[in-house]
Amino acid sequence: MKFTIQVNEGPYQHQSSDTAYQFTKAALAQGHEIFRVFFYHDGVNNGTRLATPPQDDRNIMKQWSELAAEHNLDLVVCVAAAQRRGIADPDEARRNGKDADNIAPGFRISGLGQLIEGGVQSDRLVVFGD
Amino acid sequence: MSMLHVVNKSPYERDSLATCAGYCQGGDTVLLIEDGVYAAIAAGKAAANLQGLTVAALGPDLKARGIGEDKLISGVKIVDYTGFVDLVANTDRVQSWL
Repeated sequence: MKFTIQVNEGPYQHQSSDTAYQFTKAALAQGHEIFRVFFYHDGVNNGTRLATPPQDDRNIMKQWSELAAEHNLDLVVCVAAAQRRGIADPDEARRNGKDADNIAPGFRISGLGQLIEGGVQSDRLVVFGD
Repeated sequence: MSMLHVVNKSPYERDSLATCAGYCQGGDTVLLIEDGVYAAIAAGKAAANLQGLTVAALGPDLKARGIGEDKLISGVKIVDYTGFVDLVANTDRVQSWL
């Protein structure tokens, strides 16, 4: 079965980023396809590579990047939500006149159309958030 | 059309479970995750919301909160993340009550 996952909550905020990650991992392990993971609202904060959680804590952002590399996942960050919260890839940084970008490996920035497409193309859209 | 209702907030914090329960129909399942699992504690006031419903709860979230199976209302199906995925796949629709 084909799933799209929507994440509306930031890492370490409550628990939804963790739940979404564990759900995605379990679905992949069962042979399901993850069409896309869409990060919306504070969920875009999952896509920074500059966060440095304590070494004895899970690194949620890195967990996503690693899962994406392993399974060729499409991790999409909403552009409008990202601009508000200072998440930028090299193109966005240049376009907005910023001196740096911070997007984590495996993530890309795009628009809400990607969420709609995920809903249309997948058998299930599962939403995690606050 | 069967629906999986996912509730992730404590019934002592939000009214999402009560709202969800009002929309549940025969064949539906309510899955309690994160702080939502507090609703399944038999001694709690909120357990009344679950009367007559098919209820599942995420085992790792119960364990993380120190809630033993013996404290739950009867009939709760305890699932792991694999079981969560199965519930989503085996119901026609899924609704997260955020």
